[in-house]
Amino acid sequence: MNSNDSDSYYFRFSLGQRYLHGLVIVTFLGLAATGMTLRFSERGWAKQMAEITGGFTAVLSLHKLCAVLITAGFLYHIGEVVFRAMIKKERGLFWGPNSMTPQPKDAVDLFKMLRWFFWMGPQPQFDHFAYWEKFDYWAVFWGMAIIGATGYMMWFGPFFARLVPGYVLNIALLIHGEEALLAVWFIFIIHFFNSHFRPEKFPLDPVIFTGRLTAGEYQHERPLDYSRLGKSGALEMLRADPPPRWLKNFSGLIAVVSVGIGFFLLVLTLIAFWSK
Amino acid sequence: MAYGSERIVSGLGRTACAIAAMLLSAVAVAQAAPTKALSDRDCLSCHNLRASAKLQARPVSVYVNAEIFQPSVHSALGCVSCHSDIHAFPHPESVRPVSCAGCHPNQTSAFAGSVHAIAEREKKQRFPACLDCHGNPHGMRAKNDPKSRVYPLNLPRTCGSCHGNPELAKKYGFPDVYPLYMDSIHGFALTTDGLLVAATCASCHGAHNILSRKDPKSRTFPENVPATCGGCHAGVQADYLAGAHGTAMIAGRANAPVCTNCHTAHQIAQVGIVTWQVKTVATCGNCHKQRLHSYRDTFHGQVTELGFVATARCWSCHGVHLILPASNPKSKVARANLPATCGKCHLGVTASFVSYEPHPNPHDRRQNPALYYSAIFMNLLLLGVFLFFGLHTALWLVRSLIGGAPGPRRPPATSAKKDDGESR
Repeated sequence: MNSNDSDSYYFRFSLGQRYLHGLVIVTFLGLAATGMTLRFSERGWAKQMAEITGGFTAVLSLHKLCAVLITAGFLYHIGEVVFRAMIKKERGLFWGPNSMTPQPKDAVDLFKMLRWFFWMGPQPQFDHFAYWEKFDYWAVFWGMAIIGATGYMMWFGPFFARLVPGYVLNIALLIHGEEALLAVWFIFIIHFFNSHFRPEKFPLDPVIFTGRLTAGEYQHERPLDYSRLGKSGALEMLRADPPPRWLKNFSGLIAVVSVGIGFFLLVLTLIAFWSK
Repeated sequence: MAYGSERIVSGLGRTACAIAAMLLSAVAVAQAAPTKALSDRDCLSCHNLRASAKLQARPVSVYVNAEIFQPSVHSALGCVSCHSDIHAFPHPESVRPVSCAGCHPNQTSAFAGSVHAIAEREKKQRFPACLDCHGNPHGMRAKNDPKSRVYPLNLPRTCGSCHGNPELAKKYGFPDVYPLYMDSIHGFALTTDGLLVAATCASCHGAHNILSRKDPKSRTFPENVPATCGGCHAGVQADYLAGAHGTAMIAGRANAPVCTNCHTAHQIAQVGIVTWQVKTVATCGNCHKQRLHSYRDTFHGQVTELGFVATARCWSCHGVHLILPASNPKSKVARANLPATCGKCHLGVTASFVSYEPHPNPHDRRQNPALYYSAIFMNLLLLGVFLFFGLHTALWLVRSLIGGAPGPRRPPATSAKKDDGESR
């Protein structure tokens, strides 16, 4: 590996994936802010948020707007996966190193990682997706399905009550709220740390915004993926120009705003939850 | 005219009496009796002189303004009708205080049993008596005269001269109610709308026989409150008495709410005001604690907290005054009536829809097992995820910060530096 190689950039995320992540950031923050205002409506900050937004009707309208947008993103993603699997007949989508499906290697990696935490062995070598990234993905996937389904049930309550008993709406609100709390805290604590705040990445890993990382980073973080791509020659297909300055600045701006809103909501909801 | 004879004269006959008195005095003058008979003009020749040094030096003002006295309700009686111990001019230095009881025996005896008179007897201090409310005896007007201090539109201000004085309220331990009343719907009806039918202090407390609300005979004693308010709000009283709260009150149940428990006594708000509508949810919750708690956990409750009232609040479903238990077939929350009650807001309500529990308790397995187990599952899920990833994150942080062998595969020093630069 010469120094020229470690300076060169490679694509990790496609433009579509970056846009999808952006959509999720915006709608998730919108859903969290409006949803937590409803959930902790007895708190002073919730009443103020509702007043600033323009009252409860505005809060609920924004919540529904974000819900529809994130649902569109969710359906687009499923459509894309189906298209890649069925039409393009892409292989390795549901199994293999590039798949999001949890596999034995993930359990082994987790075990090795735990050993590494206790100075009992080396850090595992990761492939295209590390196990915590897969967990992030499935947590969001499951979260959207559950929160979305229960949300639409309540939105169209009388309609759903023709299919299921009305008391299911009680359960829907319970699950909607608890799962949302899980999602909000998970994203604002665990995801922020795993992807951005851990000392190796602090304060921000811009790869999800710029889409690219350097050869050095690639090799260090995902050695198996890097060497396999290098051997097959596919790595050259992913070669990218360095991210333009505006993109790096834009990444920083999005990160600061998202983290700011996230931490603000995190503190408010944690206090509200524990003092309830 | 003698004081004793004046005392037996009824209120209705007092004008006739006055005329008779004047005629008698005229006769007395003509007969050149040993005591010179007095006319009002004789009295006013001294008492209408504001500047008289001799009169001003006295501890109590004896000034009588003829212009105010003339149109007053008592002017026709003449001075000596009330000041009945004065027979000659000039009169002795010391004269008896005037008693109102002579003409107003019912009012004075009613007053004698009132809180104001009792307080005076018990505390041996001067407390409000006739003139403190009715004003200057020489300028007194009839109670239906707009200039009277006890005319409905003026009465609150008159009572408020004490009951709107925070210092007096503190000293004697009564609530400072005047500002509360003035901000109430009754106060607005009086001041903004100028309605004579608006409830004033006397409408609820009575006029002369005002009793402590702790006195079972008092109009404001809790069990008498519905009848007192029902004096105007007859329809509401009927609904209340037929409802659960009224039934409990009649049965003598302690803590059964009466009008004032929900509406307050003085600061009675207009029910259409949003702040009131939001606040009353908590008012019901003062007694129905568990029901309020479970209501807060629903969308209806959360939305109400944000100040949005076009949603189900307590009385939207349970009714206002005619509140009936669900076991009563006439109740709005009786099973058979639920589709209609929910249907007031929700379109397309079915029998299945109304199995929704508006007061869910996830900790009560008997109420709804599915909800109970869902809550347990969600709690375990949250606990599990955060326990695992919390620990994972903490360990990762410690390991990354401290480092040491066997450590991560370190990249070459140059690219590590480069990484650092890129990530900022």
